[in-house]
Amino acid sequence: MTKASSSKTIWQVIAASSVGTLIEWYDFYIFGSLATVIASQFFPKTNPTAALLSTLATFAAGFIVRPFGALVFGRLGDLIGRKYTFLLTLILMGGSTFAIGLVPGYATIGFAAPLLVLLLRLLQGLALGGEYGGAATYVAEHAPANKRGYYTSWIQTTATLGLFLSLGVILITRHYLAPDLNTSIQRFNDWGWRIPFWVSILLVGVSIYIRLRMNESPLFAKLKTEGKTSVNPLKESFGNKTNLKMVLLALFGATMGQGVVWYTGQFYAQSFLENVCNIDFDQSRTILIWGILLATPFFVVFGGWSDKIGRKWIMLIGMLLAICTYQPIFKQFIALTEPGGKTELTEHRKLLEQKTVVSDKNPADSVRLVTSEVRYSDGAVFKEIKADTLFANAALAGAAHTSIKYKDKKLDTASYRKLVALIFVLILYVTMVYGPIAAFLVELFPTRIRYTSMSLPYHIGNGVFGGLTPFIATLLTTIYVTDKLSGLWYTIIVAAVCLFIGAIYISNRIDPDVND
Amino acid sequence: MNQLKRWLGIVWIILGPVTIYYLIKTAAEEINKKPVLDTKIQWAVFIIIFIPIAIGMVIFGYYALKGEYDRLPENSKEI
Repeated sequence: MTKASSSKTIWQVIAASSVGTLIEWYDFYIFGSLATVIASQFFPKTNPTAALLSTLATFAAGFIVRPFGALVFGRLGDLIGRKYTFLLTLILMGGSTFAIGLVPGYATIGFAAPLLVLLLRLLQGLALGGEYGGAATYVAEHAPANKRGYYTSWIQTTATLGLFLSLGVILITRHYLAPDLNTSIQRFNDWGWRIPFWVSILLVGVSIYIRLRMNESPLFAKLKTEGKTSVNPLKESFGNKTNLKMVLLALFGATMGQGVVWYTGQFYAQSFLENVCNIDFDQSRTILIWGILLATPFFVVFGGWSDKIGRKWIMLIGMLLAICTYQPIFKQFIALTEPGGKTELTEHRKLLEQKTVVSDKNPADSVRLVTSEVRYSDGAVFKEIKADTLFANAALAGAAHTSIKYKDKKLDTASYRKLVALIFVLILYVTMVYGPIAAFLVELFPTRIRYTSMSLPYHIGNGVFGGLTPFIATLLTTIYVTDKLSGLWYTIIVAAVCLFIGAIYISNRIDPDVND
Repeated sequence: MNQLKRWLGIVWIILGPVTIYYLIKTAAEEINKKPVLDTKIQWAVFIIIFIPIAIGMVIFGYYALKGEYDRLPENSKEI
């Protein structure tokens, strides 16, 4: 069967592939979305930044093994078929996620806890490395040539919807563990964070049932019947110069830039809102949820549009817009969340806590911390932490050192809406670079080694370049401490190199036939 | 255009080692600044991961210089 499947069949294929892929992304992202909570459970450190970095490192570890998953499962997919391979990745992913929810904390089993979490995280990364290429290939091989971009873009929505689902489940769990919100949050931080991991097993069960009822890809089935499948997909993919050059072109001219734009728009933006702008936990997540909800349909718009005008320029214009506007957009994030320019309602100022602690810098000195709730005329509510250093040295005693920080900022409605609009723009760039890329990658490689060949550049671009984005960006801000936007340079440079290579070397041709 | 593709190959060949040099230099500076295990692991991971990618960039540049990208394959028989 070489011709495209009927309309009914293709929608069944899309639904079955998408549900599984969405769940895999959900599984993968709950870990990232719960980075701070997981840090306190498994990586206990006195310095919270170090704890967060440890978690992000584990998070990054999940991304780094993705290319290896691409090689292992890509090879399997080209040898035994798409269907059984991505069933296997689904089981592996679901099992690992569920198991993370069962691992006792550091306080109970000590060093074994972070080690087990790291191991399970690596398994998640491995499974995800095998999943996406299979799903995209499977859908593309069922789709008619003139709608390949449109149909595969449905698979593309799953990465963002997986994040949406993970944020939603986390928020709901966090709010409904007790009638009182503070108690509920306390319970969530103690043990409730495990629930989103356990939910996964139900979702995976449903997905496995759906996928078991699917047939093998018609193109792969035909190749298998004719005995034309690859004997050694890894050798054919990377040992053959003509194919290797296309793998390198896909990586440096498309997926590398797509990866950093993707992870900056969805992950670094969230981390920036929470850790640099210090927006309240719930608000930073609901802002992202709204942005995702409004922008997600554009994956399909740009995917469908790429069938008419080609894949190349949609992806590259997305990168160009990101390069040109990231700095002003993130600058605006800071401006909208600063207390400067706001009028405080002084009569509503509430003292929350007052304590004196030993100074980190010099144990002889002490620091008086005064935490207050500050309300503003526009409706914003910030938590102000005023720190007065009380020097032990008599010579310095007069020179009181005061610093004021703001945390848990609850924004006014106008600023909140502006932030949603800005996040929407960031995710719109994501839809431009990501919507057409499955069709683009599928068309670069032949059926017999497609799974292997497209999975590797995709997962190096997304797993390594993209997945490390929040980590490297956070690291850059700790090196160049005076510039809060320094983290963006990594994304901008990688996207600029990719844009340049893509514009010069990539063809805008739509392959009329992926049956070969 | 093909001439440009070829000449730019030299840029990509140089970009690989330059990236690794910059990465190792920054890693050494950061480890010196804060010589704790976390810092060492972080930077070691970066270097190990990005070395094969930089080699890939050199190979990409070499292919570009040799004119391998002057014309891209249009069907699987050409691969």
